[in-house]
Amino acid sequence: MSLTTTSNRINQLFEQKRERILSVYFSAGFPELNDTKTIIRQLQDSGADIVEIGVPYSDPVADGPTIQDSNTKALKNGMSISLLFEQLKDIRSEVTLPLILMGYINPVLQFGVERFCSKCEEVGIDGLILPDLPMAEYLDEYKETFDKYGLKNVFLITPQTTEARIKMIDENTDGFIYMVSSASITGAKSGISQEQIDYFERVRALNLKNPTLIGFGISNKETFDRACKYSSGAIIGSAFINVLNNSSDIKKDIDGFIKSVKGKV
Amino acid sequence: MKVAVDERGYYGNFGGAYIPEMLYPNVEELKENYLQIIHDPQFQKQFRGLLKDYAGRPTPLYFANRLSEKYSTNIYLKREDLNHTGAHKVNNTIGQILLAQRLGKQKIIAETGAGQHGVATATVCALMGMECIVYMGEVDMARQKPNVERMKILGAEVRPASSGSKTLKDATNEALRHWINNPVDTHYIIGSVVGPHPYPEMVALFQSVISEEIKWQLKEKIDRENPDYVIACVGGGSNAAGAFYHYYENEKVNLVAVEAAGKGVNSGESAATTMLGKPGVLHGSKTLLMQTEDGQVIEPYSISAGLDYPGIGPVHAHLFESGRGKFLSATDEEAMKAGIFLSRLEGIIPAIESAHALAALDQLKFEKDDIVVVNLSGRGDKDLETYIKWGGY
Ligand SMILES: Cc1ncc(COP(=O)(O)O)c(C=O)c1O
Repeated sequence: MSLTTTSNRINQLFEQKRERILSVYFSAGFPELNDTKTIIRQLQDSGADIVEIGVPYSDPVADGPTIQDSNTKALKNGMSISLLFEQLKDIRSEVTLPLILMGYINPVLQFGVERFCSKCEEVGIDGLILPDLPMAEYLDEYKETFDKYGLKNVFLITPQTTEARIKMIDENTDGFIYMVSSASITGAKSGISQEQIDYFERVRALNLKNPTLIGFGISNKETFDRACKYSSGAIIGSAFINVLNNSSDIKKDIDGFIKSVKGKV
Repeated sequence: MKVAVDERGYYGNFGGAYIPEMLYPNVEELKENYLQIIHDPQFQKQFRGLLKDYAGRPTPLYFANRLSEKYSTNIYLKREDLNHTGAHKVNNTIGQILLAQRLGKQKIIAETGAGQHGVATATVCALMGMECIVYMGEVDMARQKPNVERMKILGAEVRPASSGSKTLKDATNEALRHWINNPVDTHYIIGSVVGPHPYPEMVALFQSVISEEIKWQLKEKIDRENPDYVIACVGGGSNAAGAFYHYYENEKVNLVAVEAAGKGVNSGESAATTMLGKPGVLHGSKTLLMQTEDGQVIEPYSISAGLDYPGIGPVHAHLFESGRGKFLSATDEEAMKAGIFLSRLEGIIPAIESAHALAALDQLKFEKDDIVVVNLSGRGDKDLETYIKWGGY
């Protein structure tokens, strides 16, 4: 049976909470093939609000070196979509956080769109982020299937996205909007510039119906706090991958990192 | 049959613009402006002027007497190898740099595999005094050293692509990433009929001068515009698209596309995309793509660096699927033999890419009075080392 709108965990989360939401990205199958569940569980225990599970791809064109590298290593470890669904089979017995799969469209096409969505529903996935799935194709060919399996499709906007297009995206979304902080690929940069703040405020002034989360370049408490001033929260990817990459005790290091980012207001 | 791109940027089931939102404004800007710019008489005047005076067009359509005798038919070679920089690639880079100027861009980026497109891009950037960065896979940089140096002499910066398999597809990824990071002042000159719409159609338009010339040259020589066959090699497919363009709708003209079979289609070391690929998305378009069952892109192989690309332009996927194009493949060995054969027979050392098109002559049955045009996309100078290593001459 399909989930109805209100039972989607992304919607539930934003109904309860509209500030300081922390969403964390990692690549499934990295650093070790079978770390997926450990990482998700620990993220929940340490206080993350959303988990974005990266589906590794050989050609991640929107990603910087850190995530390219974690993709490559995950693939080398033997990660695949089928294996990921296998790993996530019982995840809902322990994890209540919204779970989002983030990846590129080609592996989804090969798996089969309907089969993919049906598997997502089966294991309890709430949303998808597919950066190279264009809006027009989504509306024409995918939306119906995503809806059928209760999957929220998350769109990106950037400083270059026009106001008209942001509004169009807002119209066609109900989950959240992924506000890419600068014109760039993923990867931790330092600080948030005035230009970026102008853009955050410009978007806030549009009074969109969807909450926004700011991503790209969020790496620590300072950048997280700043992002939270202009949105419902933020997304951390590359900086978290770096934590995993340098860790000899991932549970402990995940806990330390998430707590340091969320810290005190 | 209608081959033209539709409003959504598709050729039949293939094409589109599968790009992250970060690239949307750039690609949209191109899409909104490219036709108007290209059809502007001032643009055409400048474009045609440079093709003539700078690139050396029209390139000859040469009746290859001895080759024709061997195959008992009438074979013409379209001499794209005589273009400045040694291949058809410059037709596209001249067009795109003029377009970039009209869009107000100051910087140029490009990807390259064998280095031919990189050299053609570095050349027009020197010509126009524009900054040029060319991404090239680390592996390709090592095996195409002379072209790396040519680009540097021309003033371009060559940046190694060290991600993934470190070849053409990764250089393309790096160029796309660079464009994401520099969306406002930079134009990306893609080197083949690949990438998000409108690139495949735009590049095909610039290359269509090839078939435009074939038409009037045949008319002049034999009083008919249409050959029975046009044969071209396919990497991404730009020289083939250019040679086919004005014949798409004339079904009497057989369009033959020749892919690189490497060590054999089923050897595991091949680049024959239509034989080995399945529909998928790469570099912004839906096309046929060599990939694993899990949708990971497979690194292709060919002795010819210009043909080892895991996809093909969406227009070729459509020509293949619809049956309008006939797709053949030639192995390394067949291509090398054909290259040496042409050298001996006609005094023309072809690029190894082009030698694949020549190798297909053995796989077709011609009538005595057939008119066959082979698009000789480039010259063999860049491939001397490969010829030497191969031997057999
Ligand atoms: C001489 C020559 N022919 C053909 C190609 C393949 O490209 P396309 O299929 O776009 O014509 C290349 C690419 O480098 C080339 O250098």
